[in-house]
Amino acid sequence: MPKRWTLAAAAGVLAVAIVHAQSAPLVASLSVPYTRFTLPNGLTVILQEDHRVPQVAIDLAYHVGSARETPGHTGFAHLFEHLMFDGSAHVKKGEIDTLLNAAGGAAHAVTTEEETTYYEQVPSNALDLALFLESDRMQYLLDALTPAVVDAEREIVKNELQQSYLNAPYGKAYLRITELLYPPSHPYHWPVVGYIDDLSAATYADVVTFFKTYYTPSNATLVIAGDIEPADARRRVEHWFSDVTARPRPAPIVFPPVALTRVTRETLTDRVNLPRIFLCWPTPARFAPGDAALDVLAHVLADGKGSRLYKRLVYDDPLAQEVSASENPSPHGSIFLIDVTARPSSASPADVLARIVAAVDRELDALRTTPPTADELERARSGIETTFVDGMQTIAGKARQMNAYESLTGHPDYFAADLGRYEALQADDVRAALDQWLPRDRRVELSIVPEAK
Amino acid sequence: MSTRLSSHARAVACGFALCAVSAGVGVRAGALAKATPRAMAEQIAVAPYAASARQAPDRSRPPVPGPVPSLTLPPIERRTLPNGLAVWLIERHDVPIVDVTVIIRAGADADPAGRDGLASFTAAMLDEGAGGRDAVALADAAARAGATITADATFDATTVHLHVLASRLDAALPILADEILRPGFAPDAIERVRQDRLTGLLQTRDNSAALAEAALSRFIFGAAHRYGTPIAGTRAATTAITAPDLRRFYGAHYRAGLATVLVAGDVTASTLVPELERAFGAWARGTAARSPAPAAPSRTSAPATRRIYLIDAPGASQSQIRMGAMGAARRAPDAAAIDVLNTILGGPFTSRLNQNLREAHGYAYRASSAFVMRRGAGPFEAGGAVKGDKTAEALGEFFKEIDRLHDAAVPAEELARARNMEALSFPAAFETTAGLSSQVAPLAIYDLPESRLRDYVASIEAVSADDVQAAARRYLDSSRFVTVVVGDLARIEAPIRAAHLGDVQVVTADDVLN
Repeated sequence: MPKRWTLAAAAGVLAVAIVHAQSAPLVASLSVPYTRFTLPNGLTVILQEDHRVPQVAIDLAYHVGSARETPGHTGFAHLFEHLMFDGSAHVKKGEIDTLLNAAGGAAHAVTTEEETTYYEQVPSNALDLALFLESDRMQYLLDALTPAVVDAEREIVKNELQQSYLNAPYGKAYLRITELLYPPSHPYHWPVVGYIDDLSAATYADVVTFFKTYYTPSNATLVIAGDIEPADARRRVEHWFSDVTARPRPAPIVFPPVALTRVTRETLTDRVNLPRIFLCWPTPARFAPGDAALDVLAHVLADGKGSRLYKRLVYDDPLAQEVSASENPSPHGSIFLIDVTARPSSASPADVLARIVAAVDRELDALRTTPPTADELERARSGIETTFVDGMQTIAGKARQMNAYESLTGHPDYFAADLGRYEALQADDVRAALDQWLPRDRRVELSIVPEAK
Repeated sequence: MSTRLSSHARAVACGFALCAVSAGVGVRAGALAKATPRAMAEQIAVAPYAASARQAPDRSRPPVPGPVPSLTLPPIERRTLPNGLAVWLIERHDVPIVDVTVIIRAGADADPAGRDGLASFTAAMLDEGAGGRDAVALADAAARAGATITADATFDATTVHLHVLASRLDAALPILADEILRPGFAPDAIERVRQDRLTGLLQTRDNSAALAEAALSRFIFGAAHRYGTPIAGTRAATTAITAPDLRRFYGAHYRAGLATVLVAGDVTASTLVPELERAFGAWARGTAARSPAPAAPSRTSAPATRRIYLIDAPGASQSQIRMGAMGAARRAPDAAAIDVLNTILGGPFTSRLNQNLREAHGYAYRASSAFVMRRGAGPFEAGGAVKGDKTAEALGEFFKEIDRLHDAAVPAEELARARNMEALSFPAAFETTAGLSSQVAPLAIYDLPESRLRDYVASIEAVSADDVQAAARRYLDSSRFVTVVVGDLARIEAPIRAAHLGDVQVVTADDVLN
């Protein structure tokens, strides 16, 4: 019988203070049973059974990202991610993709500040194939890797940097924001994708050291969700990872504190028609106190036509074409971002953006003193609930989320507790978070204006 | 939440305009898959190492997947309300979500002459005030229900889509009905949306990928054909559209007799049908017939020369390439062969274009292709963003791969891989209620039989090397291709001319967007 994830709350679900009574049944439905074990070589494995489609999602996170890099060697974690697709002792270059495609699957990966995650979705009859490929590159990557492969992949990554940032409208802003927010010694200072010159400088020896230091089974977590039977899947994982040898786990990163002392203003030019302003603040880490309140604040500010900034800047005083606000969480610090694109205007870009910033500040100041209404809180929370359930609809989404939960909280089934953070919020928590974390006199104001024609 | 600040995905499926299109190539419809636990248990029993998990793994060759899990089709329950509105229900009770898609069978291909963009403008007006509520009040009501309601016009149809938790469907359905049955078309709202759309057209010029795609369609179909201009229309038409135009389009096409409500998710017919009758019962049946699909230009009317159009983007370090010709319609009899053909040429990561342009030459981060299938034959297009100083070389490689597929049979192993890729990944398309809806909606939009869903996997598995070859001969004659390059002409024009790839002409964004 197909298993449903909408099971009644089971024993072992974390206790949650549920204030938002209407949603209690929803929170209770978010029980996600799982099996967790650790292999002798140190690899942590989490299994989640879900038979809705005959597919399996594999999500293997190595706990290493751009925060492990040093100035002069940026972009390396992401370059390394690419190298993981270029073959290993028993897998020829290109075979990861051809073998998975032939089985009806596909391989992907993503690099962030602190994680590099490899994920596949395959028909459930191809689980062994995916485990063979992942275990082979975990143990035998260096047997196949040559300096020529590193050089070829370096060019592809440079193309990616060009396409995604330097040639995308407003893309260069995303390379600059972290530099302006974090001090040069902070591991979040440089962009995850790195700098072109640093990519050119990466050596084959760097690759070898990086693999040996960070691509250890004890520094990785494997989540498998989907059409599996846990005892059987466990045997298969134990089999394929049995020849992956234990290596020491790297020491944790030390993060210096972040505190802006003033407003930093900067203007860049780009090949765009409309000016855009980014207002940015360093905010609490994912799951830290304040993080959920700031997420709700982002909804109150810019989610929907009735949100404060959207209504003000698009309807009441139509200065803007687009408005967005977001809390962008990371394990050791988040970024709150408000970005507004101006409408065409006969005034200068600087004047237009100054008027927009003044209007944004009026709205923020109003919320600093008076909390959002009960209706605004309700609207934000309802949207968050729908998004939350959506994220659990796919086995790949669920596997990704469980891996993140395991890494940050030690609880792969943190779903109910995560949503519970939002349900427990009071309107004044949102006001207080704004007042504490988004000060008017300590932030980054980055403007992108059209190049002179 | 944005992951833009910190995430770098190996681009496989998204973030790239051509890839997004290719996901919809072919009639991607088929059976909802359900594996029985018994079938799985049998596979486990035959696993080669089942005897001992402690035995070292045999890495001498990759493990061969066992039997493919069996598939079953989700039944589509069909009803018709007294006003002629068709209701299709697919029950799914494993997630507490409902997706409601109202399909209005008129899109941009019903735009009157001189009013390109009218269908899209009309759709954009629905949530700008309806049933006595203004835009903000409507948005707030939907937000209270945690619902998203989006209206979108394609060339073929207009769809209004509601996504909501099942427990809040009753609160959201009346908002959806207001937007469809009682839009206000208030003068101030029309002017606001007009300015928004004019600014959006201006922003197209910032996006070299969107500009290149618009240019390609313009040069394949011409300004007189509706497919030669983007769905959003032109600046002149957007300025010219009046309130009576909008009301006329709405009045002619937004009619119950021409519409289908497709519901997928955690709801039963016995509760849904009365709710739909309350919400949509007052919708007038209407009398208009559906407008005909745009006639295709003759396939042989394209000049028998390669034409290459260059658009200047001063300072751009990369060039956006798009090339192609008229492709095929959604109901094309060779749709399955086209699907496999494109998978080989420019679909997944392993496709020929990506392997050549990215892996072998390092010219691009991603190269891909797509057949854009509509009621009439849409474009086939191939392209990518390439290094500016390698633009001419990259163009040569695109032509080389397209010609190779045109001229020579596909090896058996490559063909099998492409068929498997399409057929075996198919169940994943049905994982979510939204995915399920997007697979079923084309049946209503293109008047396709349910067998197109049921038989999809079999039709892909039946595609032979000869079928692929025939499709390649029909659609991939690069001697008649149009090519567009948006890049820094100071650096790329001379090398492109020197490569003698076709007749080269410099044009402007105004030439292709106006």
